[in-house]
Order: sequence, then structure tokens, then C-alpha cells
Amino acid sequence: MTVVDERPAAEVGAPRKRKEDARLITGRTMWTDNLTLPGMLHLAILRSPMAHARITRIDTAPALAAPGVVAAFSGRDVAETQGSLPCAWVVTDDMVHPDHPPLAVDEVRHVGEPVAVVVARDAASAVDALGAIDVEYEPLPVVLEMDEALGEGAALVHSDKGTNKSYTWIYDSAEAGHGQAYDAATAEAEVVLRKRYVQQRLIPAFMEPRSVVVDPTADQVTIWSSTQIPHVLRVLIALVTGLPEHKIRVIAPDVGGGFGGKLQMTAEELITMMAARRVGKPAKYTETRSESLLAAHHGRDMYQDVELAARRDGTLLGLRVRLTANMGAYLALLTPSVPLLGRYMYNGIYKLPAYRFECTGVFTNTTPTDAYRGAGRPEATYAIERAMDDLAAELGMDPIELRRRNWIGHGEFPFHTVAGLTYDSGDYEAATDKAMSLFGYDELRREQAARRESRDPVQLGIGVSTYTEMCGLAPSRWLGSLGYAAGGWESASVRMLPTGKVEVLTGTSPHGQGHETAWSQIAADQLGVAFEDVEVLHGDTRTAHKGLDTYGSRSLAVGGFALVNACQKVVDKAKPIAAHLLECDVADVEFSAGRFRVRGAPADAEGKTMADCALAVFAAHDMPGGAEPTLDAEAVYDPTDFSFPHGTHLCATEVDTETGRVTVRSYVAVDDVGKVVNPLIVEGQVHGGVAQGIAQALFEEAVYDADGNLLTGTFVDYTPPSSADLPDIVSDRTETPAPDHPLGIKGVGEAGTIASTPAVVNAIVDALRPYGVDDIRMPCTPERVWRAVQGGDRS
Amino acid sequence: MIPAAFDYAKPSTVDEAVRALAEGGEDAKVLAGGQSLIPVLRLRLAAPTVLVDVGGVGELRGVRDDGDALVIGATTRHADLLRDPLVARHAPLLAQAAAQVGDRQVRHLGTLGGSLSHADPAGDLPGAAVALDASFEIAGPGGRRTVSAADFFVDFLTTALAPDEILVSVRVPKRPGWTTHYEKFNRVAQAWAIVGVAAAVRRENGSIAEARVALTNMGSTPLRAGAVEQSLAGSAATVDAVASAAGHAAEGADPPSDAFASADYRRHLATVLTRRAVLAAGGIA
Ligand SMILES: Cc1cc2nc3c(=O)[nH]c(=O)nc-3n(C[C@H](O)[C@H](O)[C@H](O)COP(=O)(O)OP(=O)(O)OC[C@H]3O[C@@H](n4cnc5c(N)ncnc54)[C@H](O)[C@@H]3O)c2cc1C
Repeated sequence: MTVVDERPAAEVGAPRKRKEDARLITGRTMWTDNLTLPGMLHLAILRSPMAHARITRIDTAPALAAPGVVAAFSGRDVAETQGSLPCAWVVTDDMVHPDHPPLAVDEVRHVGEPVAVVVARDAASAVDALGAIDVEYEPLPVVLEMDEALGEGAALVHSDKGTNKSYTWIYDSAEAGHGQAYDAATAEAEVVLRKRYVQQRLIPAFMEPRSVVVDPTADQVTIWSSTQIPHVLRVLIALVTGLPEHKIRVIAPDVGGGFGGKLQMTAEELITMMAARRVGKPAKYTETRSESLLAAHHGRDMYQDVELAARRDGTLLGLRVRLTANMGAYLALLTPSVPLLGRYMYNGIYKLPAYRFECTGVFTNTTPTDAYRGAGRPEATYAIERAMDDLAAELGMDPIELRRRNWIGHGEFPFHTVAGLTYDSGDYEAATDKAMSLFGYDELRREQAARRESRDPVQLGIGVSTYTEMCGLAPSRWLGSLGYAAGGWESASVRMLPTGKVEVLTGTSPHGQGHETAWSQIAADQLGVAFEDVEVLHGDTRTAHKGLDTYGSRSLAVGGFALVNACQKVVDKAKPIAAHLLECDVADVEFSAGRFRVRGAPADAEGKTMADCALAVFAAHDMPGGAEPTLDAEAVYDPTDFSFPHGTHLCATEVDTETGRVTVRSYVAVDDVGKVVNPLIVEGQVHGGVAQGIAQALFEEAVYDADGNLLTGTFVDYTPPSSADLPDIVSDRTETPAPDHPLGIKGVGEAGTIASTPAVVNAIVDALRPYGVDDIRMPCTPERVWRAVQGGDRS
Repeated sequence: MIPAAFDYAKPSTVDEAVRALAEGGEDAKVLAGGQSLIPVLRLRLAAPTVLVDVGGVGELRGVRDDGDALVIGATTRHADLLRDPLVARHAPLLAQAAAQVGDRQVRHLGTLGGSLSHADPAGDLPGAAVALDASFEIAGPGGRRTVSAADFFVDFLTTALAPDEILVSVRVPKRPGWTTHYEKFNRVAQAWAIVGVAAAVRRENGSIAEARVALTNMGSTPLRAGAVEQSLAGSAATVDAVASAAGHAAEGADPPSDAFASADYRRHLATVLTRRAVLAAGGIA
């Protein structure tokens, strides 16, 4: 009998449309706020209108009298029991780490800090009753600006700590044995660029506001939360509340975006837990957009004092970075570590003899900062890529030429960097050559010269960004050595169902990335089953019981590795079963293209499929000697190192010198993310990332007034761009497989954001260099650009 | 983002609407497209006790040819203005301004009358109405009255409408021989104007016979740029002449300083945008 080769087309690499999109896009799914439980109550949270004040009086009793209200309480009522929101990363032994009560007790330290809560039968009644709560505040001095906060006699955010400094952290390549000492290496420098770049404060602005539902009525307390980290959250809840871990179930149902903004244990989660447990009923809290912009953690907000020393021929001699990082009023989950992740990346893709990095974390009366897409790496890349363009201008050299003279050549990998990492692979030449030709670099330079010559009111600028990043967070040993409380492994399980269908459990927690599709593609290839026959389960600590969730471009790089290993174990378990069915020796069975065949059998021999084995195991009537009747397998993978995607982004901006308006005319992104599981998903990640990076360059900033009120508390004021404000993005790839990954993949979640911001600002500055402009503070609003052109105030 | 509780009335005639408003007293509010009012309610910046939804009043919607003018009902949506043939023919400036309002969703719900009654100085339609010298038909308990554009816009978010009155329609004179342009400058595509300029120009034998120019967001109400208009009247239809006239755009204006732009920058923008608007309106290159 001849059989048609039923080998499915290779799924990995295919541009599959995302299987989860129909339900996500239509909203016909389980967003946390869609959940309704019998008897469920609703919360509203009263937030501080003051940036710094003592709470001299607070009375929630009047709210109890309002219609529909079931309970109301303030921080004072729970002061002894509420615990403190955790910071999981202690970066220095002497880090100043103040208490962070979910509900403020005696003092509020930023506008938007929760002070009291109302629990009512419906959400409207809860909101209505907030007005009845009686609070008196005694204003305390407010400090918002970092240099001021570090100055002599500054007002203190935490008066009992005696300082606004949380920590100072230093890395020195000579001390660490990864390079020379900065001063010695740069003694003969012919040019030293000194710049302060400012990373403005951003708001992650995920699409789905945070929402949490707590059901305390069953044996296990169940928490549904719009979070990126259900597994980490479960552990944290156990540690903070004392509730035994096995009595806690956390579910991240479908989650509408996070960008690091939901990599957090939030005050709102703990407050909802307290409320539900106090009244003994399920309770829900969903924030408004305004609350989200005000109180969910912010990102970036750093001063970057950079010194880059070189010879006139462009050879880099050393880099010194002094970073001042705004913590906000408290340390949230990863607050102090975010700027420090940048320390590995300020050297970028360059060969630098010496590097010194100092970072000081500062408290101010603002919303705490924490991870935001890229977390430390976009900031670092911004500084080094801006500095490279500035240095090129200073040397009168083409910015790409300057980079070529200093980057790590493709023959030099693996390369041990001055920051202490080993870059495994890369081909910066190939990515740059491809980007330049897609972009039409030389033609655009000619057009730029012509516009300069004719004094065109619309000037053209070209911005370059050649970046790398570290993905696949993270080797557990590395995390431990840096003071992080948890590890960086990831898990995957495969369940073979009797009819040959497959359930894949992943410990990663997608919130828009398309894991269900990518994981299905990998499992389909590994197990020889159809894409449609794989169901990917995630986000529920009861089903996908083990994991460390999704952030830091880790899901595929680490979780994908675990999945391949789990699939491999399934195949290994199935082999003896198949041998038994084929009546041959295990050693003679081969698995390929979804079929087990006897070695040497014709390629069209029918053999046995995974489904045949699954059914045989389910029946278990005739197991080969002592075999356990299951094919299911679990694998946990702890990465041995990071992966290092890289790329070259080129941006052309038109700058209207009359109005200051910047228009991105063309944008080319050539990224090397290793092997690609699904090119559509990769392209989507790049486009979204580039959009977010352009948003930092041109549009977004969280602005406080002098009293610490957030002026950009709505989308009208925060001005996130829409598609109408963004260019067509030309994205392409080079492919240097990650040598240590079974699929050769590197990670792509943050690449676009990391690369694009400096490309855009470099292009604006490049357009305006003839006007004497060498920097513009982000976001480069029309007024700022116009003022720079006028030669006036450039701040 | 939950508004305080309110009562809701949905009249089907202008008289019923006026009566419902009167019954509601001081705290009654007209609801049209809700694109300005609902956000205000959700942020609890206002808490009217009665909303009178005029969306069901047939008389208020649509565009009618009335000889030397168009009469446009107050609840005519921005999106209606964009595709109405009478507007395209006789008052294209309204469509040019409406096209710049917010985004598609906002344009399909927001109304001309709502925009004018709300009188946000950053709104796009008020400037266009002023440039076109529109007049406003208002109904109240005492009957109907007509107010000129110059008198309708009184102050920041304040019009000649009394709390118990309803804007019924806007009368826009036809202007044969005039050409128009609306130039808007904003931060992101769906945002309000930092500055906007509505320009209408009548050309005659290579010169500009007459021009009307109104500025958006250069004061607490839309402003006519009188000095620009005077300087343009009878001037040559050249780039230089227009640029020189546009230099007067900010004269007499008192623009705000806010998170989006300083007053100085707005003054500067007004001159650049006025030049561009007049050049585009007059087809002058
Ligand atoms: C996201 C967003 C972006 C926007 N961007 C812009 C923009 O770029 N440019 C711009 O110009 N506008 C913009 N708007 C506002 C939009 O133009 C609104 O449509 C307009 O301001 C109000 O019209 P409305 O029909 O929605 O009025 P409503 O919101 O229903 O009412 C507004 C006010 O007018 C009163 N009112 C309404 N109709 C009458 C009437 N017939 N008689 C008496 N009083 C009445 C109401 O009582 C209320 O006080 C935007 C709105 C949104 C939500």
C-alpha cells in the first residue's frame, strides 16, 4: 500500500495568523472586568490629591451611610495587617527601602496614592460614596526634581530615612576585570564628548486598564488579575499576606497589554483582597483610565550624564555614564533594578577598552517607576546611540562610518564585552548594509545636502541606531548574584490526549504577544501533529501550575526552549510504545515528520503516529514491559546565558523649521532576532515597538506641575500617537541563529522600542545641526524644536 | 469614570425640548452627540440632574438650501457635513474644518450644534462659523431669536445661549466666488488645535478682493484677524503680499499658555498658519 506523505508543512517559520486574535479583537473573551460572580461587590478607591501630606484625620463612616455601601475602610483600619508592597530586587546592601503600605496610613507621598476604599453593591454606588469620606491633609514640602532631591537641605520624601537617595551602584570595568580603568584608558583622548541626555517619564498606557476580582468564598482564595505575572504574584501574595500558598489560586485571564506596566504586585490587588476577605464576598476593582495613568507605575525618568572619549580617527577609548534614576515615592517590585539593567548595554555593539557606570536611585513625590518595555535597555541604547551620532558630528565623520570603526566584527563572536557579557553571535555589517540599501541612504544624504543648500524651510535629517539587547531573562545564577529574589527559568508541559490532540501548558503569561500561535507551531513540528490540534493553556496557577511569566523578551527564548525539551521527552516516551506497536526494537525506531518508522523502512511506510501511541497508552491494554501508561512530560529550562538580538534602524525626518513640526518620512528596521517562529508576529512586535519608541521621541511625557499634580492624566494630554501619526515602517531581517538555542531564536518583544527612539532623535538633531542644534529634550514637541531652531531655550 | 446619576428626557420636537429644559431648571443640560458632555460627566466635572437628549428632534438635523444661505440643523453630525453636497458647494469651509475634528468615531457622533454650543476655543467649527459670518437660530421659552456669530461666542465655553435655550440651526450665507481653507496645527492627529486658521478668499483679476480670516485657540473665543483681512483686501495675490499680511495675525490676540504650547509660540504659529491658510484658500503659489 502506498500512503501519501502526510508530513505537515513545517510550522516554524510559517506566517500563521494568530489563533487567539478573533476572541481578543472582538472582546468576546474573559477580560477580568467581564467577570461577574454571584454576590460580587465593587470597590472604589479614594486617592490622595496631595503629593506629600500628613493625614491628620480620616473618617470613612459617612460613606457607610451612602446607598448600596457595604464597607469602607482606610489605611488606619488595616495598618497592622495590610503588610507592605514588596520590592523583590535589593540592589545594594545599604539600599534605602521604605515601607510601602497598599493604603497610606499616616502620610501620603504622591498624588494618586490610595488612602481609603469603599465596597458597595454596584460600581456606581461605590464611586458616589467616595465623596462622603472625610479626609484632612496637612501639606508637607514636595520634592519632584532629582537634582534638587539630592541637594543639601532638600525636602525629604521619607523623613525617617534622612535622605532621598535609595542607593548608589557602581560598575567599573577595571575593577570587574572586564577592561581598563576609564581615566587611564582615556588619558590620551583627542575628543571627549560630554552630554546630559534626559529620559523623560513615560506611562506604559496598556490598552486594558488594570482590573482585579477576588473570590474568598471557596477553599482556595482565587484572584483574577489583569497581570503579566500570575505565578510570581501567587508567591508574593503568600509572602505578603501570610495566606498559605496552596490556598491561593491566581488567574491572569486574557490580558490586554502590559509593556512591563503589569509586571507588578499592585496596591489595588492587595486592597481588593483585603476588602473581599473582610466582607467574605467576591469583590471587583477596575481602574478608570485616569487612575491608570496616575497610579499604575511609570517608566524611564533618568538623567544620563555621558562621557565618551575617542581619538580623532574615531577609535573609542572609554565610556563613563553617571545615571540619576527617579524611583518615585516608593520602591515597587523591580524599581531599583530597572536602570541597572542598562549597565550591560551602554557599551552597545562597540569595542570599548574602558567603561565606568554609576547609578544613583532617588526618591521624589511622584508615582513609582518600574519596568517599561525594554526596562533600562532603551535608555542605555538611547544614550550610546545619541552619543555616537554626536561624536560623529564632532569628528566630521559619517555616523555609520564611526560605528563601523568601532563595532564588533562578525568574525569576532563570541565577544566578551567591557560590561561583562559575552555576546554569542551577530552580524552588524549585514544588518547595516541591508538597512542602508532599503533606506536609500546615499540618495537621502544627497537630498539633505540640497535642502541645506537651498535653505529649504523643511530640512531633512537622517538618524542611525545600531543596537543590540539582552533577551531571555535570565540565568537564575545571574539573577541571584545581583540580588533578585527569584530565578529565571521557565517551564512547559505537554499533555497527549487519547485522540491525539495536544494540550501545551506554558508558565509564560501572554498579554497580547500571540503565544498560543507560536507555541502551537513549535509543538506541531516537534510532535508531528497539526497546528489546529494544539491548545495552549496559560495564566492559571491551577492548570499551568509552574512558571515565571512574561517580561524581558523571555517567553520564547526561555519558555520556547522548555517547550522543545518537553516535546522531546514526549517523543522519547512514545518511542518504546511505537516500537511495541511496530513489533521492532526501540533502537530501530526513527521519528520524523510526525511518524515513527522502522529504520530502513521505505519513506512511504505507514509507521505509527503520535496519535496511535497516545491511544495505545490511554487504553494501556498492552504496554511494553513496565512502561508507565502516559506520554505526558514537563520540562523546566534555566538559560545558560542571555541571547543578543541586534539590528540597524534608520530614520529620515522632515523638520518644518517654521513650525517645529517633525514628520517621520521613512523608517527602516532591519532586525536580527535569530530564527523566526512566525514572521507575522515578529513583524507585529517590531512595528508596535517602533511605534512606542517614536512615541517617546516625539509625543509622550508624564508631566507634573510644581505641586506634584499629574498634568497628563488623560489621553488628551498624554498624547499617545495613533496610526495617523506614524510612518509606514519598512521592516526586514537578517538571520543569525542563536547558537545555544535549539530553535536558534533570540527574542523580539522589546527590540523596536529599544532601537527606534535614538534613531528618531538623531534624525531631528541631524536635520538641525546647521542651526547649531546638538540636542533636543524628548519628547521633541513642535515648540521645543522651533525654539531650538530659534537658538533659544532648548529645554 | 461613572457619571453621577441623572434623569434623561428624549423629546421629539423643539418645543418639547425647550419645555423639558425649563422643567429641569438650572441643572438641566442639552445632550447632543455627547462627545464633549459625556467626558465632562464621566470625569465628574459637572453633575447635571437632567439630560435632554435632542438626538430625536427631527427638525434639528439636516442641511437645507434657503436661497442665499444654507440652513444647517444643530444636530447635523460632523460626518454629515463631510458628505453633504450643499455644504460641499456653498460652504466647503465647514467640511474642511469638520474633517479635522478628532477621529472617525467622534465625527460620527459629534454635532455641529454641539461644537458651537460647547464653544471650546480650541474647537474647529467655531472658527469656521465666524469666518463664514454664520448666524445662529435659538429657541427658548420666549420663542425664537437669531444671534450673529460675532455675538454668539461670549467667552471660554460660554455662548449667548441661556440655560433654557436650544440652538436650532446655523445659517451660513452662500459666498459665490470665494474659496476657503482650514489649516490646523495639533500634536497628534486626533487632538484639538494648538492653533487653527479658517480662511476665505475672493480673488479678482490677480489680486485679492476680500478675505475673511478667523483664528482657533488664540483667545477665549474664536477671533477674526481684522488686521490681516484689511491688509489683504485689494492686495496682490502673491506669496509675499500674503506673508506680509499674515504677519499681523496675532495682533490683538491673547492666546493661552498651556501644557501644549506657550502664548509666544501660538502667536508665531498664527502668522505661519495664516499665511499657509490664505495661500491655500486663494490657490496662490
Ligand atoms: C476624542 C475626542 C476628540 C475630539 N477632537 C476634537 C477636535 O479635534 N476638534 C473639535 O472641534 N472638537 C473635537 N472634539 C469635540 C467634538 O467636536 C464634539 O462633537 C463637540 O465638541 C460637541 O458636540 P456634541 O454634539 O458631541 O455635543 P455634546 O457633547 O452633546 O454637548 C456639548 C455641549 O453643548 C451643549 N449642546 C449641545 N447641543 C446643543 C444644542 N443644540 N443647543 C444647546 N446646547 C447644546 C451641551 O449641553 C453641552 O454643554 C473631540 C471629542 C472627542 C471625544
